[in-house]
Amino acid sequence: MPYKISQWDRQWIDEMRQNPLGPHSPNLQRVLNTLRAGPAKGRYVLVTRKPFAEWVLAVHQGYGKPFRILEDQVFTDRAEAEWHVFKLRWKAHTGEDIN
Amino acid sequence: MQKIVGYADRLSVGPGETVRFMVSTDRPRPFAARMVRVINGDANPAGPGVKLEHRPSAIEGRYEGRPQPIAAGSHMRVPHHPRQTPERGLTVAAMLWPTLPVLPDGETRRQAVIGQWSEAERRGWLLEVDETGRLRFKVGDGRTVYSVTAPSPLTERRWVLAAGIHDPAAGTITVVQRALDPYVAAQGPGETAIDGVAAIAPAAVDLMVAARPDGSGAADHYDGKIDSPILLAAALDPDALDGLFRRPLAPATAAQVVACWDFSIDIPGITAYDVGPHQMHGALHNLPARAMKGWNWTGECHDWTRKPEHYGAIHFHADDFYDAGWEPAFAWTVPDDWPSGAYACHLAVGDAEDGSEEDLVPVFVRAGKKPVPGRERPKVAFLVPTAAYMAYANDHNHLLDTSAEMVINRLLVMQPSDLFIQEHPEYGLSLYDSHRDGSGVCYSSYLRPVLNMRPRYAGWLGAYGSGLWQYNADTHLLDWLEAQGIPFDVVTDEDLHRDGVEAIAPYRVVLSGTHPEYHSTRMWDAMMAWQSRGGRLMYLGANGWYWRIAFHRDLPGVIEVRRAEDGIRCWAAEPGEYYHSFTGEYGGLWRRQDRPPNVVTGVGFTAQGFDWCSYYRRTPASRDPRAAFIFEGVEEEIIGNFGLIGNGAAGLELDRADMRLGTPPHALVLASSEGHSDIYLVVTEEVNVTTPDITGSQSPLCRADLTFYETPSGGAVFSTGSIAWCGSLSHNGYDNNVSRITANVLRRFMDETPFTMPR
Repeated sequence: MPYKISQWDRQWIDEMRQNPLGPHSPNLQRVLNTLRAGPAKGRYVLVTRKPFAEWVLAVHQGYGKPFRILEDQVFTDRAEAEWHVFKLRWKAHTGEDIN
Repeated sequence: MQKIVGYADRLSVGPGETVRFMVSTDRPRPFAARMVRVINGDANPAGPGVKLEHRPSAIEGRYEGRPQPIAAGSHMRVPHHPRQTPERGLTVAAMLWPTLPVLPDGETRRQAVIGQWSEAERRGWLLEVDETGRLRFKVGDGRTVYSVTAPSPLTERRWVLAAGIHDPAAGTITVVQRALDPYVAAQGPGETAIDGVAAIAPAAVDLMVAARPDGSGAADHYDGKIDSPILLAAALDPDALDGLFRRPLAPATAAQVVACWDFSIDIPGITAYDVGPHQMHGALHNLPARAMKGWNWTGECHDWTRKPEHYGAIHFHADDFYDAGWEPAFAWTVPDDWPSGAYACHLAVGDAEDGSEEDLVPVFVRAGKKPVPGRERPKVAFLVPTAAYMAYANDHNHLLDTSAEMVINRLLVMQPSDLFIQEHPEYGLSLYDSHRDGSGVCYSSYLRPVLNMRPRYAGWLGAYGSGLWQYNADTHLLDWLEAQGIPFDVVTDEDLHRDGVEAIAPYRVVLSGTHPEYHSTRMWDAMMAWQSRGGRLMYLGANGWYWRIAFHRDLPGVIEVRRAEDGIRCWAAEPGEYYHSFTGEYGGLWRRQDRPPNVVTGVGFTAQGFDWCSYYRRTPASRDPRAAFIFEGVEEEIIGNFGLIGNGAAGLELDRADMRLGTPPHALVLASSEGHSDIYLVVTEEVNVTTPDITGSQSPLCRADLTFYETPSGGAVFSTGSIAWCGSLSHNGYDNNVSRITANVLRRFMDETPFTMPR
């Protein structure tokens, strides 16, 4: 059965905050794998605005369809983007905000 | 998104030969074209940067661009003949194995199975799958469409006898949907009829299978297998339909045959043979999958060359693709004085910062028979892994696969060309993708814009940092050769396949790319023959000599793979479908042909991971006097703890030495990588029983082995066992231990002095 994220997993959040690009501890990796599972449709991705310099968050909308660009969520640091999406997915999975 | 795209009609071109460039723009507008020499395609500011050297050429100028569409979807087309719509009764039948009777996400479509049908004129007849996945037979009299639909939807991946019958005397049409699977058959009646049907008005169009005519093109493509389609000039009793699939046909039935196509004839070709009295052969477009097991396959023989009558099915896909067939924008004849190398045709409608207004179409210029004036023939050839580039052509895993983000352990990053491919599925799939019906893609061509085979492109798999993969990763090697001032020629995989050992015979040293994964039998044999003559191979990558491929007998620019048995596979070939349709050879891993890559390179695929790369630690063998030339000027114990690809020289895909798999007994493992993350996992062909210790931090198999050995004929082999190696060459102004080791080996390999095997 797929892993279910619980209150116990909150202790790995700080590790993600401090090192969003990994490598990660086994416990954090399990949380990340859980958050990343699922179909392509609905998935967050980054779209390059300026190569190696600027990316904007986008959402996969299904086979053959254009990505929905989230114009207000622009990043100049990949680590910052990973942390941002981690928080969005954590919220979607648990209903809880990460401060 | 990409505003201009193009492709060349060949990847390899020699002096005096002509290559044509095809271009499409997002709207009618002018574009500029010029040739550049490709030195470095990596735009990472942490590295040397993109280096494209402008080369004035005859094609340089401005042209008028326009959108050129691509029509994907395989089908069979038979030239029109009036007898294809019999007037005194018609029966059409085929065995079907539908693979996508209903689209996901509420999308709807119709799928034409076989017919001579004009949608606009409402004339002719058509057997099709309707929007709800039910078989439907319809006829038209020019005014009214009469249609009859089966009561239940087709069941995915279950054989069904499908037929349509028009009885003009009774004024009826009947659709027959008779499942061969007894559980499916038990779910509903096998036939349905309506009356009050008028005579068919013939349509002046071609007869088509797996699509219907749409002007000069095709529409309503079908996904699934079709076996033994047959057309008769009589309204058969439905009870007689089973007899249409027995051979030989009963004489009374045979006398009524208009056409009877046998897909088991000449499986490597693109003609569907009609074995009926009129020989109305069909042309197969966009390469549907052949050598597919048919409705009557028993499992007694898995080799279609030995029992073709069990391989009478063709698997058609709405997203099959072979050749875009665009009008050429211009043609370029390679001047005699252009040195061999990597070039690209630079196309531009603007200079937007994200690269969306430009395209770079690669071509590789071979050396001619005559030397370029003032240039000696180099001792070194770069064997461009074009077969691997083709295998990955327009890879969709980051767009369609559910596990891509987990595989790389970070967010997927899309380039403008990825956005384009996402919105243009008709640009075709790679050998890593599955068709929309879930079946694997076994053919891939370069006769289309291949937007991940480009300078500047950062692939989704290529680790943190530059993120390069295949073509663009190989420009790290080109850039280093340029920086070292070492002249080289290029030879592509296709050249090696076509010319055999003669393609590389003039060279003392062959450099592989970072990921030379795909080899035909002739390519493999040519490399072994060259090594036996003293050739010296520098294998600067990993996961090489892994899959067996086949080139097509008649068609240029296309390869086939069958993902048989095991190996790292994004899809698995169906049982009984392991033999190439192009050649009849048994497909799959070379290792499963008893030819592990270790035989060619001393190492073979062992693990992969796509987050961070690592370093090598020297072994005592690196102090062996035989290896002294390799480590001259290298004092460090740790090799390659830096680089543009994942920050290390050891990473992405890893190969290891293993004598049991053919590594020569005297091979020196000079260094092995360590410290890989748990994103790295041992390859599946090494895992017979699943155990929890197959990850980077736990398995001794998760390592790259830097390996060297001499060959009996005075040659030698040097292998890095890592795809990431070349990403470290430029570190610190090309002054680092990866660069030094590579240069030490290359200069010694260029030296004619024979190597001696240890005694």
